[in-house]
Amino acid sequence: MSDKTTSVVLVGVGGQGILLASEIVARAAMHAGFDVKTNEVHGMAQRGGSVVAQIRYGKQVHSPLVPEGTAVVLGSLERIEALRFAAYLAPGGLAVVSSQAIVPVTVSSGQATYPTDARERLAATFPRLAYVEAEELAKQAGTLRAANVVILGAMSRALDLNDAHWQAAIEGSVAPKHVAVNIKAFELGRAAK
Amino acid sequence: MHELLSGNEAIARGAYEAGVTVATGYPGTPSTEILESLVAFKDQVYCEWSPNEKVALEVAAGACFTGARCLVTMKHVGLNVAADPLMTLAYVGAVGGIVIVVADDPGMHSSQNEQDSRHFARFAKIPILEPSDSKEAKEFVRLGLEISEQFRTPVLLRTTTRVSHSRGLVELADRTPPTREIKFEKDPPRFVPIPLWGRIMRQQVEKRLADLRAFACTSAANRIESGDRDLGIITASISYEYVKEVWPQASVLKLGMSYPFPDDLIRQFATGVKRVLVVEELDDILEEHIKAMGIACEGRSVISGIGELSPLRLTEARAKLDGHAAPALAAAPAADLPARPPVLCPGCPHRGVFHALAQHDVVVTGDIGCYSLGVFKPLARIDTILCMGGGVTLAHGMDKAGEKRKVVGIVGDSTFFHSGITGVLNIVFNRGASTIIVVDNRTTAMTGHQDNPGTGRTLMGQPTNAASIADIARACGVKRVRTVNPYNLAETKAAVAEELAADEPSVIVSVAPCVLKEKVRPGPRRAVAADICKTCGLCLKLGCPAMEGGPKGTQPVVNDLLCAGCGMCQQVCKFGAVAAVEEGL
Repeated sequence: MSDKTTSVVLVGVGGQGILLASEIVARAAMHAGFDVKTNEVHGMAQRGGSVVAQIRYGKQVHSPLVPEGTAVVLGSLERIEALRFAAYLAPGGLAVVSSQAIVPVTVSSGQATYPTDARERLAATFPRLAYVEAEELAKQAGTLRAANVVILGAMSRALDLNDAHWQAAIEGSVAPKHVAVNIKAFELGRAAK
Repeated sequence: MHELLSGNEAIARGAYEAGVTVATGYPGTPSTEILESLVAFKDQVYCEWSPNEKVALEVAAGACFTGARCLVTMKHVGLNVAADPLMTLAYVGAVGGIVIVVADDPGMHSSQNEQDSRHFARFAKIPILEPSDSKEAKEFVRLGLEISEQFRTPVLLRTTTRVSHSRGLVELADRTPPTREIKFEKDPPRFVPIPLWGRIMRQQVEKRLADLRAFACTSAANRIESGDRDLGIITASISYEYVKEVWPQASVLKLGMSYPFPDDLIRQFATGVKRVLVVEELDDILEEHIKAMGIACEGRSVISGIGELSPLRLTEARAKLDGHAAPALAAAPAADLPARPPVLCPGCPHRGVFHALAQHDVVVTGDIGCYSLGVFKPLARIDTILCMGGGVTLAHGMDKAGEKRKVVGIVGDSTFFHSGITGVLNIVFNRGASTIIVVDNRTTAMTGHQDNPGTGRTLMGQPTNAASIADIARACGVKRVRTVNPYNLAETKAAVAEELAADEPSVIVSVAPCVLKEKVRPGPRRAVAADICKTCGLCLKLGCPAMEGGPKGTQPVVNDLLCAGCGMCQQVCKFGAVAAVEEGL
């Protein structure tokens, strides 16, 4: 086991299931025998606002906060949130971005505009980009709600945790009746181009 | 056995393991999950949500006087509410151990101010423990209870948002059952701080503080980690974890028990290093004291006291200290992205009240809760926020000062029980004429749906009396009390218009359960018929996240996944373009 701490950042919109996704990463790292710390925001930030969850694992982890420019993988459950939090990603890191767009009220009320060139901007910002049709794949897995786990599956390609760790983590994080659909969603995400 | 626990879950676990039998609190981010976790052990630990923090602390004080080990939880501003019992409990002291958890919110993630609650330790002359991760959070509860019993003092345990809401691995242990017999021992000089005995207690407080100072110098909670002698860093709480990342080689004095200041230990540490840096979040409490001891140190010179610290901010501080330029970031954040602040949820019943208020030129004094989100455009119908209960009292103050417009106060159900009742009583008592709207969503929503005196259920899941807000308002002497369904916009608008016109105090109770809690849509999902819609934008003025629009003239579209089926958009549409979608499609 190397002494290096691995940092992972998940972003999206409150209500998208970021906390569950974050818990699964943390549990997978725990099963792999790493020290783990995570951080997430509760309360006001969950009411449809931008949300960040951070996971760090390694031999011994101190800060639960990911220093900017150090995340090996940045997962975004919403199309433009990845752009907002791009600074977390390490040079050469992998960005996994869901194609899902959630229009903020600031746009609906005419105070701001939603970028129409998000895809191009993502490509320009992230040299290593996986742009995932997470909603479509989640539907294939059996429920739209599993889009968060689809993104996790795609993120897992950049992490040194094996299938058994992920499986145990999913089993430890969701109710027994939802395990199968989440594992399917994870696998579809992992296989996504 | 290891478990991945948040700081809050670890505190709950620590209370369970250390034999706590009574736990009280009032919900408040970032402290709420402590009691929510602890109630899992309700067979062994009595847990309650009290109506406010003052009540919570007093209940625990009473329990501690009988010999019970107690835990009290609140957020930083809650300690202001509980300050009255705290300041005198510091004199009377503890019998069974009492640990008061106060969760600060540097960075103001979910709070109206950024106060540094460490001041309360010095103010009340009591010890404070500051865990820096989940492991310590668990251990410090037991330590706090032991200190409390040994020195007969209440003990503060301070976390911050990052300590409370970070998860880490924690070793679990069995519960140590309480051994003390529960019995209040009559002893007036010990429990009654009338001046005669209070003056004696006052002397004892100072003696206790000196004893605690000596204890802090030898406690395992305070430790020196010897490293490079060129730089010695004195730090506490979450800042310690950032220091270990940013200055892995430096010598560190880690203060887990930061007050009373362990002067001898600080002096010993400072003597062993060439240069001292103090890294503390928010106020420069340690730094001021260390300088007053005659020890030269850096701190505020390189780290601002505004906002929360982070590894990045300390990396910048390190560069400043070393005379280097700050390192550049990997990618600059995009500046033109649309802001995404938190908003009222799709289907939130509060929206109906704000829509009704938007029809009038009135001043709206708001309060603490989800409805504070009504301040944002396009609703923009909250004009002030001060503190719990302030929505009621500020309205009366503006009214009495002679504000020309009618003033309306808004307060939530839990906030009404917390601090709103006295304000309503005051309006009637002092012949005011404010209109108060209680937005009763049958829960304490913002903090994650805790029960309150109006919900008919206790934290431990027992059925109980559901206090009636309307009855309380009437008992305060309000003659005009009415209840409305906020999903019915016509009814709500009519009620608001009538009460605003009345020249006497009035209370409107807007009742509809929080949709997030109920997880049941109040009605069928809606859709906009493109061939009928005139793109007038009226529906978008509701500020519902499910109604997605764009630049003027864009056809609004209902996001199926988000729509909660409240039907307000259908009610405001003048052209009949919004209709229910048949379920099952």
